[in-house]
Amino acid sequence: MKLFTHGTSVLLDDIPLLAFERFAEEARGAIAEGASVLSFFALQDDIAQLYLFLGFPERGTIGGLRAQVDRSYPSLTPALPQAQLFEREIFENTGIVPEGHPWLKPVRAIMDYDFYALDGGQTHEVAVGPVHAGVIEPGHFRFQCYGEDVEHLEIALGYQHRGVERAILAWPEKKRIHLVETAAGDTTVGHAIAYSSALETLSEIAPDARAEIIRGIALELERMANHIGDLGALAGDVGYLPTKSFCGRLRGDVLNLSAELCGNRFGRGIVRVGGVGIDLDAKLAAMLAERLTSVLRDTDEAVALLWDSPSVLARFERTGALTRETALELGLVGPSARACGIERDVRADYPSGAYRFSTIPVSVSNEGDVYARALVRMLEYRRSGETVLEWLHNLPTAGAVHSLGVTEENGARMETGVPRLQPNSVAVSLVEGWRGQVCHCAITDARGGLRHYKIVDPSFHNWPGLAYALRGQQISDFPLCNKSFNLSYCGFDL
Amino acid sequence: MLKAIQSRLHQGYRTNAFPERDPALPARYRGLPVLDGARCDACGDCVERCPTDAIAVRGPGMLDGAFTQNAASSEVRAHIATELSLDLGRCLFCGECETACPSGAIHFSGSFRMGARAKEGLRLRTELAQTTSALSNARTAADSVRDETAGARAALPESRVEGQLIEALDARMRAVFGRAMKIRQVSAGGCNACEADINVLETIGFDLSRFGIAITASPRHADALLVTGPVSKNMELALKKTYDAMPEPKIVIAVGACAISGGIFAGSPDVCGGADTVIPVDLYLPGCPPHPMTILNGMLALLGRVSGYKKNLT
Ligand code: SF4
Ligand code: SF4
Repeated sequence: MKLFTHGTSVLLDDIPLLAFERFAEEARGAIAEGASVLSFFALQDDIAQLYLFLGFPERGTIGGLRAQVDRSYPSLTPALPQAQLFEREIFENTGIVPEGHPWLKPVRAIMDYDFYALDGGQTHEVAVGPVHAGVIEPGHFRFQCYGEDVEHLEIALGYQHRGVERAILAWPEKKRIHLVETAAGDTTVGHAIAYSSALETLSEIAPDARAEIIRGIALELERMANHIGDLGALAGDVGYLPTKSFCGRLRGDVLNLSAELCGNRFGRGIVRVGGVGIDLDAKLAAMLAERLTSVLRDTDEAVALLWDSPSVLARFERTGALTRETALELGLVGPSARACGIERDVRADYPSGAYRFSTIPVSVSNEGDVYARALVRMLEYRRSGETVLEWLHNLPTAGAVHSLGVTEENGARMETGVPRLQPNSVAVSLVEGWRGQVCHCAITDARGGLRHYKIVDPSFHNWPGLAYALRGQQISDFPLCNKSFNLSYCGFDL
Repeated sequence: MLKAIQSRLHQGYRTNAFPERDPALPARYRGLPVLDGARCDACGDCVERCPTDAIAVRGPGMLDGAFTQNAASSEVRAHIATELSLDLGRCLFCGECETACPSGAIHFSGSFRMGARAKEGLRLRTELAQTTSALSNARTAADSVRDETAGARAALPESRVEGQLIEALDARMRAVFGRAMKIRQVSAGGCNACEADINVLETIGFDLSRFGIAITASPRHADALLVTGPVSKNMELALKKTYDAMPEPKIVIAVGACAISGGIFAGSPDVCGGADTVIPVDLYLPGCPPHPMTILNGMLALLGRVSGYKKNLT
C-alpha cells in the first residue's frame, strides 16, 4: 500500500498494482486496524483496474492500492460491508461484476426492480416518493412494516442524476468549478474546496494563508447555516414551534453572512483553484464578526429551549438509534458517525488549510440516536462560530494575497487560468463538509489532462445508516429520523 | 414555557416589510445585470469566461454565441459586432463577465426584480457603438457619469435599475389565484440551493403565508407548480405526472437557471435541459439560485399584487 498525506500528489506507478487476493487482504487488514474506505472505483481502458483509497484517521494518512481485474472479481462486501455501495457503483458504471455481492442492485439507474418484500398476513408495504410532500429533493423510500413498526427500509435513489462527474471530464475547464459548486448545492464550499485542493495538489500550487483562512470561514459558515437549520427543522418535526421558527430565521442570517462575503447565499464564488475569488477588508470582517456574534447569541437561546423541553427530549431520545459497531461497519461519516461515539473528523484527522492553524475540538456523543445527532450539531455550530470569530479577528495580512493574483481592491478576483497538472498522477482531497467527509479524487493522463474524477459526497456513506436507523422504529418517526441525518440526494446521485 | 415566551420577546419581530419596503440586500449581491453598449469594444473577454454561454457579442456574419478571441482581429470585431446580449435564463450570476470586461460594459445591479413570462424576455441586449471614434466618445461620456457617481456601483443612474416588469396573469386567473395560491414544488435535479431559497420563504423572515400563498403536499391541492433543476432524465416522468395530477387551471413557474435552460448542466445527456422541455411554463425566474426576494417578487407580480416600478429595463 502506498501511504501519503492529503496535499501530496502521487505518481500512479507508485501505487502498488497487486493481484486481487493481495489487494483484498491488505484492504481487510487495514480496515480491521481502523481504516475506512475513502473512495473505491474502477478505471477501464484496455485493462480494468480497481482503485481503492483508504483513510487512516489515527495517523492522518491516506493509503492507495490497485488491483488488475478482468470482467469480475470476488466481492469485498461480505467481509467489508462499507464497500457494498462502491461495488454496486463500479458494477453500474463499468459492468465489472463483484462476484458474491449480497445484493447487486441499482445505485442511480431507475429501472424495474423488485424491492425486498416481507411476506405475512399482517405485514404491509409503504412506498413514498420520488416526489415528497415538502420542498425536498426526490428519492424513493420503500418501507416493510409490521403494524406501525418498520422492519426494513429500502432507499432507492438516482432521480437527481445529472452526470456531474462525466461533465467535469468532458467539458471545458471554465465550467468545472461551477459543476462542483452545484454537485450538492448546500455543500457548495465543501465541494469547491475539495476540487480546488485536488487540482492544487496536482499542480503544486499552494494557496496562501489568507486564502486558506477565508476558505475556512466560508466552510464553517456553511456548516453553521445547515446545522442551525437542521436543529430548527428537528424542532419542527416534533411540533416544537418556537425553536423551529427562530432557527429558520437564524439559518438565513448565516446564509446572508456568506452573501456579504461573495454576493451569493451559498458561498458560490468564494473558492477558486489557487486561492479565493473574493477578499474582505477590515471593515467587512468587523461587520461579519458583529453580526455573527448576535446570531450566535440568538441561536444559543433558541436551541437551549430544546434541551429545556421534556416533550422534545422525549421524542429525540432513543429514536433512530444506531450502535457504534453498526456505524463503523457501514462506514458512516460526519455528525452521524460522531453521534455514535466515533471520534472522526477530517478537520482533526487530516488537517489541511485553515485547520493547520486552529484546532476545532471534535464533537462526539455516544447514544447514536436523534438526540445525539442534534447534540453533535449543537456543539459543532458553536465551535464553528467561535472559530470563525477567531479567524475574523486574526486574518493574515492582506499583503499575502498578492501572490494569488488577488488585487488589494475589495472584491477583486484572482486570475485563474488553467492550472498545469502533473501527468500520470493522482490526488485525493478530503474536506469535512457539514454532513461529513467530502472526498474528491483526480487522476491525470500522460499529458496532464484529467483522466478520471471521482466525487464521494458524505451522503454516499450515510444513506445506508438511515435505512438501518429505521429498523424497529415506528414509521411515523421517519421524518424525524430522516431530518436527523439530513442527507443529500443530488450529492449521492451526482 | 416561560423561557419560550421570554425568548419569543427577545427574538423579536423579524418579517421583512416587502412589498411596502425592499429589504436591504448584501452589498456584493449580484442582481439584474446592466449592459452598456457604449462601453463595449467587442473584445469578447466576457464570452471567453462565461461558463454557460449566457453572454454573447453578435454581429452580422458572426457565429451565434460562439465568439472567440481569434474569430477576427479586434478592429474588425469592433466594426462588425453590433450587439452585446446576456441571457438571464442561462446566467449563473457568477460575475465572471463583469470581472473579465476591461471596459466596464457589464455591471450587476442590486435589483432582485427579475423574471419574464416568456423566455425572450430574459434576453438583455444592448447596441454597440459602431465605430472606434463613436466608442471613445461614448466612453468619455460614460466616464463622466461614472465620475459623478463616484463610489456608486453603477455607471448608470440607479433609477434605470428598477428591475424587470413581470406581466401579471389575466383577470380570470387573478380572480382564481390572486388571494390564495397553493404551491407544489418538484425538484427535478435541483442542487438543493434553489429548493432552500424557496423553503426560506416559509420562514418568519418572509412569511409567505401572509400573502395567501402556501406550499402544499399534494398535486391535487396545488394551483401552481414550482420546478427547480434541469429536469434530470430520471425525473422527467415524475414531473410530468405531477403536472398532470394538478387540477385546471394551473400555472408553472421555473425557478433558477437549471429549470429555465438546464443552467450549468445544459447539454448533459442525463438532463432534459429545463422545465419547458416537459411541461408548459408560465413564469421564468432567473438566478443560481434566484434570491428568495426574486422568487417572492416574481410570484406576487404574477398575481398582480406588486406594482410600483416605473420602468422596464432595456
Ligand atoms: S454572470 Fe452570467 S453571463 Fe456573466 S459570466 Fe457568469 S454566467 Fe456568464
Ligand atoms: S439553478 Fe443553480 S442553484 Fe438552482 S438548482 Fe440549478 S445549480 Fe442549483
